[in-house]
Amino acid sequence: MRIRIAGAGPAGLQLAILLKKADASHDVTVVERNAPDATFGWGVVFSEETLGALRDADPETHLRISDTFARWPTVDIRYRGRLLRSRGHAFSAIARRLLLEILQRRATDLGVVLRFRTEVADVAELAADADVVVAADGVNSFVRRAYADELGARVEAQGCKYVWFGTDLVLDAFTFIFKQTDVGLVQVHAYPFDERTSTWIVECPEDTWRRLGFDAMDEAESLAACEALFAEELDGHSLLSNRSLWTSFQLVRCDSWHRGNVVLLGDAAHTAHFSIGSGTKLAMEDAIALSQAFVRHPDRIERALVDYELERQPVVERFQQAAGESAAYFTRVERYAHMEPMPFAFNLLTRSGRVTHANLAQRDPQFVRVLDAWFHTGGQSRSGAVAPPPMFSPWRAGAVALRNRVVRATADAKRLPELAAGGAGLVLAGPVAATPDGRISHDTPVLDDGWEALADAVHAAGAHVGVLLTHAGRRGSTHPRARGADIPLREGGWQLLAPSAIPYAARMPVPRAMTAADMAAVRDALAGAARRAARAGIDVLELDMGHGYLLASFLSPASNRRDDEYGGDRLRFPLEVLDAVREAWPEDRLLAVRLGVMDGTRRGLQLREGIAIARELAEHGCGLVDVVAGQTLPEAPRADYRRGFLTSLADRVRAETRVPTLVGGYLTTPDEVNTIIGAGRADLCLLEVPDTELERQVLARPPEPVAAVAVA
Amino acid sequence: MNVGIGLPNTIPGTDGRLLVDWARHADAGPFSTVATLDRLAYDSIDPFCALAAAAAVTDRVALATMIAIGPLRNTALLVKEAASVDAVAGGRLTLGLAVGARLDDYETAGVPHSGRGARLSEQLAALRDGDGLGVRRDLRLLVGGNTGPAFARMARYADGYAHNGGPPRAFDRAAAGARAAWSDLGRPGRPLLWGQGYFALGDEDAGAAYLRDYYAFTGPFAERIAAGNLTSARAIKDFVRGYAEAGCDELILFPTVADAAQLDRLAEVLA
Repeated sequence: MRIRIAGAGPAGLQLAILLKKADASHDVTVVERNAPDATFGWGVVFSEETLGALRDADPETHLRISDTFARWPTVDIRYRGRLLRSRGHAFSAIARRLLLEILQRRATDLGVVLRFRTEVADVAELAADADVVVAADGVNSFVRRAYADELGARVEAQGCKYVWFGTDLVLDAFTFIFKQTDVGLVQVHAYPFDERTSTWIVECPEDTWRRLGFDAMDEAESLAACEALFAEELDGHSLLSNRSLWTSFQLVRCDSWHRGNVVLLGDAAHTAHFSIGSGTKLAMEDAIALSQAFVRHPDRIERALVDYELERQPVVERFQQAAGESAAYFTRVERYAHMEPMPFAFNLLTRSGRVTHANLAQRDPQFVRVLDAWFHTGGQSRSGAVAPPPMFSPWRAGAVALRNRVVRATADAKRLPELAAGGAGLVLAGPVAATPDGRISHDTPVLDDGWEALADAVHAAGAHVGVLLTHAGRRGSTHPRARGADIPLREGGWQLLAPSAIPYAARMPVPRAMTAADMAAVRDALAGAARRAARAGIDVLELDMGHGYLLASFLSPASNRRDDEYGGDRLRFPLEVLDAVREAWPEDRLLAVRLGVMDGTRRGLQLREGIAIARELAEHGCGLVDVVAGQTLPEAPRADYRRGFLTSLADRVRAETRVPTLVGGYLTTPDEVNTIIGAGRADLCLLEVPDTELERQVLARPPEPVAAVAVA
Repeated sequence: MNVGIGLPNTIPGTDGRLLVDWARHADAGPFSTVATLDRLAYDSIDPFCALAAAAAVTDRVALATMIAIGPLRNTALLVKEAASVDAVAGGRLTLGLAVGARLDDYETAGVPHSGRGARLSEQLAALRDGDGLGVRRDLRLLVGGNTGPAFARMARYADGYAHNGGPPRAFDRAAAGARAAWSDLGRPGRPLLWGQGYFALGDEDAGAAYLRDYYAFTGPFAERIAAGNLTSARAIKDFVRGYAEAGCDELILFPTVADAAQLDRLAEVLA
């Protein structure tokens, strides 16, 4: 095959080597616009996984690279005058210049033709003259831009402003530094890559960057300013510049990585934010996968290119997802700057979703032991202490002291004792209506006088009991949800109430726009229910302002079109209800609110306002916000459903308002709970436990007695 | 997990009588369901017509649209049509609905493309409501689509989720979205999860050519869908195992070659 590779970066060279190795008769030429020794940036990071793949693909290169690697197992976190060290992470890095030298030499030895200082003038011409053209020409790929439309290429800025320096300070760990300045937080990501030098990336959000004056500085000035800012951490060492200019990370995505016989490789096809250090790794793995696809389909280029895409795209998407989470974390990290060092560090380590409590416990068992003990004692742990993981740390609000952070919820109040016996700290029944006309359907329970026995049974099982108090509003008078939600009753229904006379969904009846008398009645009914709940021994009352039920429909501009003071101030009626309920509910008992913080539609409630509402609820005596989103309108274009789909919203509410939060969003494993609680993304988690075959097998009946089987 | 088979109703040039034979054949086992795809602006046979014919010559297998493009159709006529097929099938119909992916189907039907999601929701509400059109209130409904709004629609109105194909890992991710929405909408239990895949046992070039043509509107994805065609017993067994592990309740394997021998070969692989 005649193969032309544009770009002599790690990906292009690695591919050339592997193709030539697979078949020496391949005619492989690499074309590079720069000189052989020109390179930008400093060290690049690898993972053990990539090294393993490289070892299998080309042991010679692997040997030379790993001879010169800097390897280290630690992550240092410098924050609020503390150094926290986490171990057990396998990092390795190499000078980019050295990596290229090794690859160039290996390629030349194998007979690859390397042509430096050569521009590719015309991709089509190159493609006509070759069996395959590989675009390994980096993030600004000339080839990708030539075919941008056909490839569905998208490029956008992601994350903070950053600048990539070197330093002669030799670190012994991957180091994160969080530096509080009077105009905002500035971070460093630094790591060693040889015996003399480390990479030192400085970043901060764009507004901080402007306030620090970096936008007006030249290369030398910004280097000097960064040296001064991190003088303490640099400890007398210097920063080094290699055309080190402030920039924004360019996120590259393409629907397709090939067009005809032209294929994209590495950064040309996709980038992943540097804060998870996977750009070079992904590029090298691309090269290995593409070379293997050609081996599998020797005479079918199209098939090989499709195979390469099918193999690599899902992997890259996962890394881009994780990298996106990580980049977003660093843009908002200032909001976490009030956190204690221990949860701050755990939050940092788990930012991308790839590291969780469970796998950190494997990497660094002592870190997790200290975290668990710290959490369990509310930061008062002693040296050498052991404790259960964060899920099992107690939580207190007023007179309510939960034994752990697990909340289990059920629509069927009769199941409360069973859930309590299952170990939850808080069991929540709901939705429960105050009066029959506030029900969702006939099977919605009403908070009447019969709840003492349930509360007693839950208490006997060691848990606390809560009730989600709802008024269905315009989502009432429907069939039970066995065959669907929001299916209106044809007969035996009841009058619906809402802020405005707009039906909730297709075929739902038109509600009555509430009068002053309606509002007073609903307010009194909910307060009355709170009083009955208190008498019954309910520990936690949760007022429902989510999911498009009555109070949520007041909050959303899409459903509240009133032109009176209850439309002008959409929070007014919900706050009146909250005040009345707070008045009726014992002062030392926890009053929570389920709050829909955004609608997921353009004209609905936006997150920013949702967060402001959470703050105001707290000022009116709400001690816990159960963060939910959506369902205020049946069609929400931005609805998003996946595991943990509410976590980032709860995290924002908690970080920006400091109000304790409860979060659900389809969390099904203890590991998710431990990670969310440990990282301070929420205070309590709603756990949903799926039926498992194993439990049916284990719990069905007692096993047979142990008996020896007579053999012969 | 049950495994069903698709009718070749969207393979161009398929003889209408072959569909009938295919269904009769499938009824002999081991398949749980015969299912249809739906395409308007394409050489194909209408899914409800195909299933009505299948209903007439089968007694055992379930019948399913996997999926039918609801918004192309008038709501009342759609409800009537589904109720009628279900009636002649003696209650064996599972109705899968989605918005579809092709603009030209909408143009051909003279139906606006925008607002299709909301219209599908109205149709689902009508199906659940009964509307005096003779549809059973417990007719099993599935909804397809891979977006948040589609998951929400599924969880609000349907009994389960119809996935649009791909490797087991893609199904697994979509299934998590479906379960999350189900729980968020306060539905008891869990959604039914249906998956699908394409196969060609023999004549795989013809199968790949069909998929390239059928999915030409997706541009570069057509080639990838063609590459995912299951063309060996091993590939089918791995696929079936992967879907079962991901919690799929019913997996429909659609033919890419309209030849009754394909059905026999698949039966052999699954036996």
